[in-house]
Amino acid sequence: MKKLESSFKNMILVLGSITIVAAAALGWVNGLTSEPIRLAAIAKQEKAIRMVSPEFDNQPVQEQYELSDYEGNRLVCFPIKKEGKLLGVAIETFSMKGFNGEVRLMLGLKPDGTINNYEVLKQTETPGLGTQMTSWFKTDKNKQSILNKDPGKDKVWVAKDGGDIDAITAATITSRAFLDAVDRAYRAYMEHGGTVVDVVTTATIEEKEAQNEEE
Amino acid sequence: MKKNKFSILLNGLITENPIFVLMLGMCPTLATTTSAINGLGMGLATTFVLICSNLVISLIKNLVPENVRIPSYIVVIATFVTILEMLMQAYLPSLHESLGLFIPLIVVNCIVLGRAESYASKNKVLDSALDGIGIGLGFTFALGLLGMIRELLGAGTLFGLRIFPEHYGMLMFILAPGAFISLAYLIAIVNRIRKVS
Repeated sequence: MKKLESSFKNMILVLGSITIVAAAALGWVNGLTSEPIRLAAIAKQEKAIRMVSPEFDNQPVQEQYELSDYEGNRLVCFPIKKEGKLLGVAIETFSMKGFNGEVRLMLGLKPDGTINNYEVLKQTETPGLGTQMTSWFKTDKNKQSILNKDPGKDKVWVAKDGGDIDAITAATITSRAFLDAVDRAYRAYMEHGGTVVDVVTTATIEEKEAQNEEE
Repeated sequence: MKKNKFSILLNGLITENPIFVLMLGMCPTLATTTSAINGLGMGLATTFVLICSNLVISLIKNLVPENVRIPSYIVVIATFVTILEMLMQAYLPSLHESLGLFIPLIVVNCIVLGRAESYASKNKVLDSALDGIGIGLGFTFALGLLGMIRELLGAGTLFGLRIFPEHYGMLMFILAPGAFISLAYLIAIVNRIRKVS
């Protein structure tokens, strides 16, 4: 068979029909995969919630609600309950201060705001350095761990800025971003529905810097 | 005749290996091979697109007028890449996440368009599909090997299994310089072998 001539009509016809067939194929596959994609996203969310929470018997994903953080962003919050009793929350939080853009975490808090556990959902930090955050802040070594710390009382920021947490070796910026995400979730939770009433000291790096400037 | 078909397969795997010999598609090669599983995943994803696009382009080669050849091929390739992305999102979410941006970038991978242009648009359907398999496996082999070397030297693991303590790993091999160095050594070794035989 000879090649079709490159006339205006042929070109429009061929390119047009190729795109129509392509669009139809994509539409078909999209219809096929949209449900599994949604389920995979929920499964991932549930897995992360399970990782950061004590055992629960409710449906956190169905019972989710939104919190507003200090910059007006919306954070999704999943209540963790067992036999009707609130055991804590899992909050999907983020920071834009990462070395390479966005860092997303699932942070588990106890009802009084103490950190239960965390799970990194999304990060694009430097491999081998910043990526260590997936386990660094859970490791009980020196002053690395943030588990069981109460951001209202403990100085949950990096030692370089006067805090009590050891930053990841050679990845201070990533560590700051990580703790920024933690702080964001903690403050949002405390301002909107925390059970502890009298914790007002939500000191952050910025506020500390402001204090330093005053001095 | 049978030997001929086999040689098409082998051509992509060895004589015209896209990475070691043609030196095409260096960007995903260097960027995605931080671990063996990422390298293999990227290789197999590209193989899928190569086979499908070679097949379809070979089928429609006579229907496509010369002047709209490139846009037509790109639409075909982009369609398969999008299908692949949706499938991976649905069934392999963790791999999809670690390869991230590099999946949609397969559209502009020069190996895929290169094979469409130089092989599929001139050859029969079966030969084109075989060429896609051969080149794809060659690419997968190269990426898997590079990923294994970098993961082993950098982190001390192989497919996530610990070979030696992380303490001894040379972090540089997971970062960009390690990619360039390992690839250069691999290419040098392959060139040496090719010269001898």
